[in-house]
Amino acid sequence: MGKVSKSPWLLHYDASSCNGCDIEVLDCLTPKYDIERFGIINTGDPFQADIFLITGGVNSQTESVVKQIYSQMPEPKVVVAVGICACTGGVFKECYNIKGGIDTVIPVDVYVPGCAARPEAIIDGVVKALKVLDAKQAALEAKGR
Amino acid sequence: MAKRSIIPFGPQHPVLPEPVHLDLVLEDETVVGVIPSIGYIHRGLEKLVDKRDYKQYTYVAERICGICSCGHGLGYCLAVEQIMNIEVPDRAKYLRTIWVEMSRVHSHLLWLGLLADAMGFESLHMESWRLREKILDMFDETTGGRIIHSVNQVGGVQKDMDSAMLNNILHAIDDIERQMKPIVKTFLHDYTVQSRLKGVGVLSKDDAIAQGAVGPMLRASGVEYDARLLGYGAYKDLTVEPIISKDGDSYGRCEVRMKELFQSFDLIREAIGKIPQGDISVPVKGNPDGEYFVRIEQPRGEAIYYVKGSGKKYLDRFRLRTPTTSNIPPMVEMLKGCQLADVPLLILTIDPCVSCTER
Repeated sequence: MGKVSKSPWLLHYDASSCNGCDIEVLDCLTPKYDIERFGIINTGDPFQADIFLITGGVNSQTESVVKQIYSQMPEPKVVVAVGICACTGGVFKECYNIKGGIDTVIPVDVYVPGCAARPEAIIDGVVKALKVLDAKQAALEAKGR
Repeated sequence: MAKRSIIPFGPQHPVLPEPVHLDLVLEDETVVGVIPSIGYIHRGLEKLVDKRDYKQYTYVAERICGICSCGHGLGYCLAVEQIMNIEVPDRAKYLRTIWVEMSRVHSHLLWLGLLADAMGFESLHMESWRLREKILDMFDETTGGRIIHSVNQVGGVQKDMDSAMLNNILHAIDDIERQMKPIVKTFLHDYTVQSRLKGVGVLSKDDAIAQGAVGPMLRASGVEYDARLLGYGAYKDLTVEPIISKDGDSYGRCEVRMKELFQSFDLIREAIGKIPQGDISVPVKGNPDGEYFVRIEQPRGEAIYYVKGSGKKYLDRFRLRTPTTSNIPPMVEMLKGCQLADVPLLILTIDPCVSCTER
């Protein structure tokens, strides 16, 4: 992964996941995978988060919450959809209350497939998100911010 | 007169991996009322029986919840098998029991970690989750998946375990049991932990019964009830003793789950010792015609599965009553009178699984 330019903070939200991907996201933070060694920590505060990790498809009740959390995060921000439900709706796609993947509501930068997504895949997704974050930062600076 | 105020709790909250919303009615710092609102993870997957046939639906049932996945698959399959009069081979029953008990170990270790995290005891949280990884590694080796296993099917199980795998499981649980000792000591005897748990969120035996508490919540209030005594799977051949605690406080709930971990280790050892040779599944022909209720003991308590079919490939109805659904009314009762600072911890002691509850 080379050099990591920033220590990004994660915000995790469960849009309508079965919990499988959520506990794998938490697993990434615990001793076996320990993404904290890359300076990445899990925060509960949208105002301090750089990366929005989101699991599960969007349903009618979480739609507004997802939009609100996204709008509260400062620029630049990156959205990572974790698990097949967050990517497309997955096994629940045909359920009456599921609208589909996260990209039906907010723009998604990185897609992590899997049911449940393995911690290795999630870490890989976060590392990819860092590159996107750098690019967005550079674009903002070019605009003079 | 104290001033009343309402504080919203959730849906996005650091202590909960899943969204649930509570309106806490406070008088100064004391909680006097709680109004829960749920539905953030409602997907409507009971209705999916219209679109998936009864064999495919096993995969959907396993995805009701990622923590009790194996148990949901088992409960659904048991109900369909009862309707269709399928006698599952003994080896399959034992394999199912071993996997379900391993799920209980992973779920309880996960809960212990989250409890420590809610208290702000970071090293204890990490230590519990470190041990949990050993069980996940065993799931990975025996089923191919860490979280969602997809081993149950109508008529038996999909995968067999050879003697090397069974031995590895025995080694893994011996290892966990040995390394658990300092954790047990901290959770049950440490002064700091006790000061957060003892005497907080007391649920009396009468209240627990009247409000319909299930699982460790019910047993921590002194009621000897465990759905494993019904003898589904291989439990009829194994020794299951309900583990109870008298006090009904947060400490009691922690103690019950801690002891259940050791009970699960013993059950896994006993099941591996007694496992018979033979087939792991029987062929299934025809479609389910009839209805059936199944009760099983999930890590969080008793879950009820209802399946109704009318001789067609697609079921008429599938219904599930999950343990967290039953534990929400006692939780609301328990929260009244507590301090605002204790609310996150108390919510956690019921071991809420919101994705099961809302489906």
